[in-house]
Amino acid sequence: MSAVATAPAAGAATVGAVKTKKLVIVDYSGELEKTWATLILASTAGAMEMETNVFITFWGLQTFVKDSKRITGENWMQKMMSFMQRPGISHRKLSKMNFMGMGPWMMFKLAKKYNTAKPKELLEMAQAVGVKFIPCQMTMDLFGIKREDLIDGLEEPVGAATALQLMTEADSTLFI
Amino acid sequence: MSDLDIKLKVDASGLSCPMPILKATQAIKTVNSGELIEILATDPGSVKDFPSWAASTGNALVEQDSANGKFRFVFRRK
Repeated sequence: MSAVATAPAAGAATVGAVKTKKLVIVDYSGELEKTWATLILASTAGAMEMETNVFITFWGLQTFVKDSKRITGENWMQKMMSFMQRPGISHRKLSKMNFMGMGPWMMFKLAKKYNTAKPKELLEMAQAVGVKFIPCQMTMDLFGIKREDLIDGLEEPVGAATALQLMTEADSTLFI
Repeated sequence: MSDLDIKLKVDASGLSCPMPILKATQAIKTVNSGELIEILATDPGSVKDFPSWAASTGNALVEQDSANGKFRFVFRRK
């Protein structure tokens, strides 16, 4: 600790209480490699004892639907959305070079070869180290995704005002 | 070498970012405050990552060395 030359930290270190850093990630895009980056950053931030909140909105919310749930939604448009873009963390598409599924397949082969943890494992680790995942209520309504469609361990859904408050209080906010 | 009393040794060899950090986080929770854990890693990124993790969590980096592409870190739980 003494090697880090930051004035506030130096004073706080003697007291034994360092101000906890806060991170907010807005998980919006839901694409495979972006979800992967979100979960690497979130799980590592949690491991570094940063107070980490991931606000899940729009396409990002699909990532947190149970893998077993194939179709979500009430009306035909919502159902078609989930039919064309399968929900669940194990079914994410790459933002480019998806090659109708070959892209993700190759990514996972590379991950296995280089011992890189997959998104699903990272999500479990993130939850284990106290990262909070907060669904966007509006997206749930818009996409017709219900609480029981989502995986366990998520926080209560919130709206934009809560999300913005978290962002303004955070040391760092990322929009992925 | 050293004659530190290491309570737990974790081998994160072959694992890449961020698994070495996550393994260390899990490991340090299993020992008591003041006790030592040792982490082995082969990921070059971990050389910078572990001091950052130590600074952020308050777990002191007690010893650090490398040999044959393996990096060794000893931490004391805060």
